[in-house]
Amino acid sequence: MKKIELNDISVSYITGDFSTTGLKDVIIQKLKRTYEKKEFMALNGITFSLEQGELLGIIGTNGAGKSTLCKVISGIMRPTKGTMSVKGSIASLLELGTGFDPDLTVKENTFLRGALLGYTKEFMNKTYDSIIDFAELKEFENRKFSHLSSGMKSRLAFSIACLVNPEILILDEVLSVGDGAFRKKSEAKMLEVIQGGATTILVSHSLAQIRRMATKVLWIEKGKQIDFGETEEICDKYEEFLKKK
Amino acid sequence: MLNSIKENIHKIKKYQFLFSELVKRDFKKKYKRTILGMFWSILSPLMQLAVMAVVFTKFFGRNTEHYIIYLFSGNLVFSFFKDATNGGMHALMQNANIIKNINVPKYLFMISKEVSACINFGLTLIIYFLFVAIDGIPFSWNFLTLIYPIACLLIFNIGVGFILSAMFVVFKDVQYLYEIFTQLLMYVSAIFYTVDVYPDKIQLVFFINPVYSYIAYFRSVVLEGAIPPLWHHLLCFGYAMIMLITGMVIYKKNNYKFMYYI
Repeated sequence: MKKIELNDISVSYITGDFSTTGLKDVIIQKLKRTYEKKEFMALNGITFSLEQGELLGIIGTNGAGKSTLCKVISGIMRPTKGTMSVKGSIASLLELGTGFDPDLTVKENTFLRGALLGYTKEFMNKTYDSIIDFAELKEFENRKFSHLSSGMKSRLAFSIACLVNPEILILDEVLSVGDGAFRKKSEAKMLEVIQGGATTILVSHSLAQIRRMATKVLWIEKGKQIDFGETEEICDKYEEFLKKK
Repeated sequence: MLNSIKENIHKIKKYQFLFSELVKRDFKKKYKRTILGMFWSILSPLMQLAVMAVVFTKFFGRNTEHYIIYLFSGNLVFSFFKDATNGGMHALMQNANIIKNINVPKYLFMISKEVSACINFGLTLIIYFLFVAIDGIPFSWNFLTLIYPIACLLIFNIGVGFILSAMFVVFKDVQYLYEIFTQLLMYVSAIFYTVDVYPDKIQLVFFINPVYSYIAYFRSVVLEGAIPPLWHHLLCFGYAMIMLITGMVIYKKNNYKFMYYI
């Protein structure tokens, strides 16, 4: 069964002075007829599909559009062109550690994040202890969130997001969270979810990791799809490309 | 339209937990770690009232009975409008980091701000009634009808919040333009002066301003002890509905674009 299907997906941002100036300037520019929109294609014609249980590795240099693609698949961002279907519950781990409130305590933030991810109150009351234990932050639970180190923040974010077993898992550069010990633990947890049959999308700059884990690879560059297919073949090509640069 | 309202109510129910967490967060942030805490939010309108009373009683208050309450009614309603719409305007941008990384209905952030502003208004309302009692105005069952303009104003604020939050994402200068706008709106809302110096026809022109309509309802009930006529009720409701529907349409049309600007 196809779990994820993307058809000619494009995303274009409107750039230019637009967002930096403001309403006044746009009105004046429109009156003077000097108003123009510039577009920037963050993604341009991405097409691929994934079966249940597959693990897709996304590779490409910085600014290729990998994170934008993750946002499109998670439903956070709507593509400007193209069609897609994504079936099943999604857990997406993007930019871990952001979006927390620095003034609230760790405990309050945990509940807020849980609510944001769509968990119920009962579920949070029940699983709060295991979240905090997994993140190893028990002694910090009543401290202000801003007192945590960035590693701790990511650990907490990871622990909250990974407690449910989603059908689709989207990981944007998050398998390197925390210190050595926690990394091991989080990778193990991740593998548990993946082996449970989740369809996974993994963005990583570590080719070794992609080769080890991915069943398919998508290579994008400057928003354009370079290749999609078998892991070894594309990873080899990508390595060639990196050497030439 | 009715269906989409129904749908949204259903969604809100689904996100009830998130919603209560967001409102809680607004409150904790506002009152935590300030010594005066909750007292602050009451103190600020009171100080504003005190200054206005000192300055304006000489000019406008001589011919007006219960001038302090007259002033307070206007201030109370206008502050609610101003705080709620300002909060709504910033709601999306303040939560940009969340919106960028988690798929969650964005308008919940805006509506939670409106609700916190409403609770805040409720606190000031208690003080207001305290003043009413001190000023020797007898309480009557008519006061219960004040729930009506408050509910209408809440809906009205949500509508304005939809529009402003959508505009603010794209145009960052909206906050300054809106500040000027509210300032001007305050002057035409008859907060510290009375409108009876104008002929009857001109007095009706004031009702073009929705906020004035809500203020007038308050004054009519509290100061004159009279429930306003039917047309006044319809006007209050009409403004709320028009604003809500306009806001929802504008928001719905633009909401997927937000991600490109945040």
